[in-house]
Amino acid sequence: MSSPAVLDISGLCVDYGLGDSAVHAVRDVSLTLHRGEVLGLAGESGSGKSTLAYGVTRLLSPPGVITGGSVRYHPRAGGSSDILDLEPDQLRAFRWQEISLVFQGAMNSLNPVHTVRTQLTDVLQAHRPGMSRAERTARAEELLSLVGISSDRLASYPHQLSGGMRQRVMIAMALALDPEIVILDEPTTALDVVMQRQILRQLTRLRRELDFSVVFITHDISLLIEFSDRIAIMYGGRIVEEANAKDIYETALHPYSDGLLHSFPALHGPRRELTGIPGSPPDLKAMPAGCAFHPRCPKAFEPCERRVPELLPLTRAGGDTPPPGGADRTVACWLHADH
Amino acid sequence: MPEKPDAPRDAPRPDVVLEARDLSKHFRVRRTLRSIAERDRPVVHAVDDVSLRLRRGTVTAVVGESGSGKSTIARLLAQLYPATSGELRLSGKPVRAARGKSFRAYCRQVQLIFQDPFGSLNPTHTVRYHLTRALRIHGRAGRTAAELEQALTELLGRVHLTPPDRYVDKFPHELSGGQRQRVAIARAMAADPKVLLADEPVSMLDVSIRLGILNLLRDLKERLNLAILYITHDIASARYFADETLVMYAGRMVEGGDSETVTQRPAHPYTQLLIGSAPDPDRITGAGEEPGAGDATEGGEAGGEPPSLISPPPGCRFHPRCPMAMARCRTDVPPRFDLADGQWAACWLYDGTTEERPAPQEAPA
Ligand SMILES: Nc1ncnc2c1ncn2[C@@H]1O[C@H](COP(=O)(O)OP(=O)(O)O)[C@@H](O)[C@H]1O
Ligand SMILES: Nc1ncnc2c1ncn2[C@@H]1O[C@H](COP(=O)(O)OP(=O)(O)O)[C@@H](O)[C@H]1O
Ligand code: SF4
Ligand code: SF4
Ligand SMILES: [Mg+2]
Ligand SMILES: [Mg+2]
Repeated sequence: MSSPAVLDISGLCVDYGLGDSAVHAVRDVSLTLHRGEVLGLAGESGSGKSTLAYGVTRLLSPPGVITGGSVRYHPRAGGSSDILDLEPDQLRAFRWQEISLVFQGAMNSLNPVHTVRTQLTDVLQAHRPGMSRAERTARAEELLSLVGISSDRLASYPHQLSGGMRQRVMIAMALALDPEIVILDEPTTALDVVMQRQILRQLTRLRRELDFSVVFITHDISLLIEFSDRIAIMYGGRIVEEANAKDIYETALHPYSDGLLHSFPALHGPRRELTGIPGSPPDLKAMPAGCAFHPRCPKAFEPCERRVPELLPLTRAGGDTPPPGGADRTVACWLHADH
Repeated sequence: MPEKPDAPRDAPRPDVVLEARDLSKHFRVRRTLRSIAERDRPVVHAVDDVSLRLRRGTVTAVVGESGSGKSTIARLLAQLYPATSGELRLSGKPVRAARGKSFRAYCRQVQLIFQDPFGSLNPTHTVRYHLTRALRIHGRAGRTAAELEQALTELLGRVHLTPPDRYVDKFPHELSGGQRQRVAIARAMAADPKVLLADEPVSMLDVSIRLGILNLLRDLKERLNLAILYITHDIASARYFADETLVMYAGRMVEGGDSETVTQRPAHPYTQLLIGSAPDPDRITGAGEEPGAGDATEGGEAGGEPPSLISPPPGCRFHPRCPMAMARCRTDVPPRFDLADGQWAACWLYDGTTEERPAPQEAPA
C-alpha cells in the first residue's frame, strides 16, 4: 500500500456486559486505514460493525466495554497517539476535529426542537470558541452548500426536511471541523437508491476536495464494492478477509466472502449463478468453536471446528497461481493457511 | 397488451388469475385550518390508474421507491380496503366489494405476506398455533388429530422447514428472520391460494438469507403454478426473480415489460434514473471517478426527491425531474405507449411522433 496509515486498529476487543454473561461483539480486530482511502466494512447484521465504529471513537455506552487492543491515530503533523489512552477532555477535542462518526440512523437523531443552523453552529461554538457569530453562520452555510443544500434551509427544523436532506445535514456536521477521518455507519441504508447515489457521489467529491479518509460501513456489499478502495469482511465479531475491493470482487478467498458475493443478483452483465449461504448468522452468545463460519461453510474440513484461524497474509494460495492482490490481502481461513 | 416475448411458442398463454383495471386509491388526510377555510378536502393520491395482470406460474414484480404506492397496490389487491375507483377481476369475474363470506372466499385465493415477519406473527404463540389456525380458517385442518399433524408437516415441508418437529413448537423469537418469513409463507400457503402477494418479503432480511426466500417463492410458483406479485425497491432482484417487471413512480405505473428488457433497456426516463442509481459492483470506482455520473439531478436540492402526492404535478408526474421534459409533459398525463417485445412506457417520448429512443443514462456494463 502506498499511502501511510492514518488509523491502526490492533487487537481490538469489545464486550457487552461483564464476566460470564459478556457478549464478545468485537474479537481481536486488527485493521489499518490508509490516508486518503475509503475502507469498506461489510458483514451481516450483528457481526459487530457498529460496535467496532463505536469502540474506535470511544462512543460505546454501557454495557459496552473495550477489553483490549489499541487504536493508534497518526496525524499529518507526525507522532501518534492511542485513542484508547486519551483522557475525557482530550477525547472531546479529538472527536469532530480528527475523527467524526455519522452513526447508523443518524438522520433521526437531529434535535427536533432546534433549527439546522443551531445544530451546526453549536458544534462550531463548542470547538472553535474564537469564531464570531457571523463566522459560524457563514461556515454553517458553507457546510450546507457542500452537501448540496441551499442556505435558506438553515432556518428549517428537522421535520421540515426529507430523510435524504437530514442525512446530508448529518454529513455536513461531521465535516464541520475538517476531520482527518470520517466513519460512516450505514449512511444511506434508510434512503432510496436515487438519493443514496446522490449522497455517495457528493461524498466522493468531498473526499477528494477536502482530503479525508473514510471508513464506510454497510451490509450492502454491491454498494461497498463500488464505493470502497479496500474492503474488510466481518463475521461473528472478527475480520475474516481484507483486500482491495476489486480483488475481493473478482476472487474472494474466504468462503463467507464468496458466499456474500454470490448472494445478491447483479443488475448488469450476464446473469451470475447465485448460491447464497445456507444457515443463519451465528448467535454471539453461543459462538461455534473453531472457525465461527464452519457450521455454514461448504468447504469446512478437519481443523475448522477445532481451531480459530488467524487473519494472516497469504502463505498458500490454494495451489498453482497466486490470486490477484496476493501480497496485499489477508484472510482468516484454514484453506489458506498452514495447519 | 402484447404477448410476453420469451414464452415458448407452443406454450399456451398463461392464464390471468387476478387483474386490476385502472385502480386508484386516494386517502383522505387530516384537514388543516387552511384547507377547512378553503373548503378543500385534501387527499393523498397514493395510487392512480394502475392496471396489471397476475398470471398463473408467473412472478410479476412491482418496483418503486418508498412512497410510490407499492404497498397500497398490494392491499388493494388483497381487498384490505376498497379502491377509490377501478375494478378487480379474479379469474375473469369482477370482484364485488368484499364482506363476510365472499371476502373469505376471496382471501382463500389471494394471500398477502408482509415485509416484517416479526410484526405479522404473534410473539405469544407457537408455529403450530399460527399454522393450525390458518388451516382451520380455510377448512383444511382435516377431521382428526392425525390429519392435522399431516397437514402441518406438509406445510412446513413446503417451505423447507424440515424436519418439522424441530420447528413446529417454536415461538417466533426462537427462529431466525429467514425462518420466521418461511412460517409466514407457510401460513399463507395454508389457504392453498392461487395468488400470493409478497410485499417486500426479503427487505428486512440479511443478504445471505434473502436468496433462500426468493428461491422458495420461485419453487412455489413452479410447483403450485402460483401467480406471485413481488413488491420490491430492489430492481436487481426483480431482474433475477420476476418474469415481468412493472415500475411505479409517485402513484403511477410508468413502465412495464419482461424483466430482462426493462432492466437492460429501460425506456422511461425514471426507470433509467433508477437503474443508473442502483449499486453496481461492476462499476468499481474506488477513490477515482464519480460513482455513476450522468443523471440530471446532481447537486439539485429537490432534484432527488419524488413529489408530494397531495398535490402531485399535473401531466407526467416525473416532469419536474425529467431531463427530457417537453411542454405537453407539464399538462397531459402520458398514456401507455407500446414498444417492441411487449415493453411499454407511459412517456410522451414514445408518442410515435418521436422516433428516437432516448439513450439510457447508464450504459449496461
Ligand atoms: N447495547 C448492547 N447491549 C448488548 N449487546 C449489544 C448491544 N449493542 C449491540 N449488541 C450486540 O453486539 C453484536 C454486534 O452488534 P452491532 O455492532 O450493532 O452489529 P452490526 O452493526 O454489524 O449489525 C450483536 O450481537 C448485538 O446484539
Ligand atoms: N392509510 C393511509 N393513509 C394516508 N396515506 C397513506 C396511507 N397509506 C399510504 N399512504 C400514502 O400513500 C403513499 C403510498 O404509500 P405506500 O403504498 O405505502 O408506498 P410504498 O409501499 O411504495 O412505500 C404514500 O405517500 C403514503 O404516505
Ligand atoms: S476455516 Fe474452514 S470453516 Fe472456516 S471458512 Fe475456512 S474452510 Fe470454512
Ligand atoms: S412524459 Fe415527458 S416528463 Fe414524463 S418521463 Fe416522458 S419525457 Fe419525461
Ligand atoms: Mg450496525
Ligand atoms: Mg411499502
